[in-house]
Amino acid sequence: MKILAFAEQRNGQFKKVAFEVVKAAKTVADQLHAEVVALVVGNNITSIAGQLGGYGASKVVVVEDAKLELYSTTAYAKVIADIAKTESAEVLLLPASAMGKDVAPRVAVKLNAGLAVDCTALSVNGGTITATRPVYAGKGLVDVAIKTQTKIFSLRPNVFTAGNPSGATAAIEAKKVGLNDDDFSVAVKEVRQSSGKKDVAEADIIVSGGRGLKGPENFKLIEDLAGSLNAAVGASRAVVDAGWRPHDEQVGQTGKTVSPSLYVAVAISGAVQHLAGMSSSKYIVAINKDKDAPIFTVADYGIVGDAFEVVPALTTEIKKLLGK
Amino acid sequence: MKILVFVNHVPDTETKVKIGADGKLIDPAGVNYMLNPYDEFAVEEALKTRQSFGGEVVVVSLGGEANKETLRKALAMGCDKAVLLKDSAVRDSFAVAQSLAEYAKEYGAEIIFGGKQSIDYDDAQVGGLVAELLGWSSVSVVVKLEIKDGNIIAEREIEGGHEIVHAKLPAVIMAQKGLNEPRYPSLKGIMDAKRKPIEEKPASAAEIRVEVSAMRNPPAKASGKIVGTDASAAAELVRLLHEEAKVI
Repeated sequence: MKILAFAEQRNGQFKKVAFEVVKAAKTVADQLHAEVVALVVGNNITSIAGQLGGYGASKVVVVEDAKLELYSTTAYAKVIADIAKTESAEVLLLPASAMGKDVAPRVAVKLNAGLAVDCTALSVNGGTITATRPVYAGKGLVDVAIKTQTKIFSLRPNVFTAGNPSGATAAIEAKKVGLNDDDFSVAVKEVRQSSGKKDVAEADIIVSGGRGLKGPENFKLIEDLAGSLNAAVGASRAVVDAGWRPHDEQVGQTGKTVSPSLYVAVAISGAVQHLAGMSSSKYIVAINKDKDAPIFTVADYGIVGDAFEVVPALTTEIKKLLGK
Repeated sequence: MKILVFVNHVPDTETKVKIGADGKLIDPAGVNYMLNPYDEFAVEEALKTRQSFGGEVVVVSLGGEANKETLRKALAMGCDKAVLLKDSAVRDSFAVAQSLAEYAKEYGAEIIFGGKQSIDYDDAQVGGLVAELLGWSSVSVVVKLEIKDGNIIAEREIEGGHEIVHAKLPAVIMAQKGLNEPRYPSLKGIMDAKRKPIEEKPASAAEIRVEVSAMRNPPAKASGKIVGTDASAAAELVRLLHEEAKVI
């Protein structure tokens, strides 16, 4: 049996989640006595393919084509489904990233496969894979099993641990998939990266600010603290709705659900919908004037105090520790 | 243009999830339901599309009698007609998509709008599934949309940036917050909505591929430590994060 792991890359570099997906595939494969085949799709990617051996792929299929340089929903779906078929993979793992969530449903239809999305754990019992996934933005967790012959799981970034690569190597196999113009009926023409900005969905540390900061200009405090920690800046719904911060920074049920190793909530009281989006963070720090704020019920460490005094002191202490 | 918009009826964001007696679903007692927030952007975009190209907007929801409340809201915003695909069974996204796709074909839709995800099951897959079942284009997490001469130029949100996507019609467009500013239903709209028809028909049967065996609440966090009450606690907090939690 084979497990196909889709290793997402952009600009010829693997996303961190690519290693997480391959490693998770390997963990499942070991219990099913299966083999992990990784798939890399793009342009100028053959040189990076070998890295996946260290995370558990015994073979890496490389589909390289200048036309696949930028992501195309339709073309990538065709390539992934084609390779899954030629490899006779029964299980397909993808990242639940912007790309993975976009391509997975189309692959599922092509393979007539059941699809479990945004999984945070996979376990194997008696040859059956059970996936755990958050629902209601993490207010609930469900265990699901896929009943179809071919099964697709997408994995939430930042949850599965890739660890350090071993010295193992993988066989690299270049494959061609015939693509015509119709296969690019949905295609990315340009990617606009916000320069230097870390995304909350991918960040290992997040510093978020809320309405208690009183105005958008005071987010400088949050940015400085985030800068000292090399962290992403997040925001509560209240401040996004008020137009202080862009929506892509919003953490919570109508924003992004995040699981960083450290989440620092500054002047955020902790509405139900915000807590849902960040409670699965490994460590949570709350800084709030109101000792009864609900955010303290999920915080590992709290400072009951004025953010305008505490945050600059914290930034100074962190710079001292990290020698910045 | 024949415009379809899919809407879902979901527990509001204030809901605290309590597990139901079957151990697989939410206990609906005391839960307020509402039009899925992302679907509001979809309805607005559908109405704007009608404004530009003419035609009609049909709003469709799959579920029980209660979904009529959400359909009425979409009608009050300005949709022309509502369809309830009646079904009381629990479905996965694939099974939902199959029935929606079937209806879209039957209706002869030329473009479909939906929210980028439903805030109950958070799958974010129905739009892509419908598009593939119909052999259409799809663009997900859309924050900007332009339709011209049968082509679409859309901007979608990705990690740390945006993608500019070109696609051909017909297409399924999944709306993200920021795409537009959804209108509030006017009083006249609300009155009119009461007179607009809601067509009811049984949702087509579909195979369930993903089965839920159990639902539970996430483990409660043990209450944490209050490190201090002013800026002087900063040094101790940094020490704890470095030495105890080992996260910095």
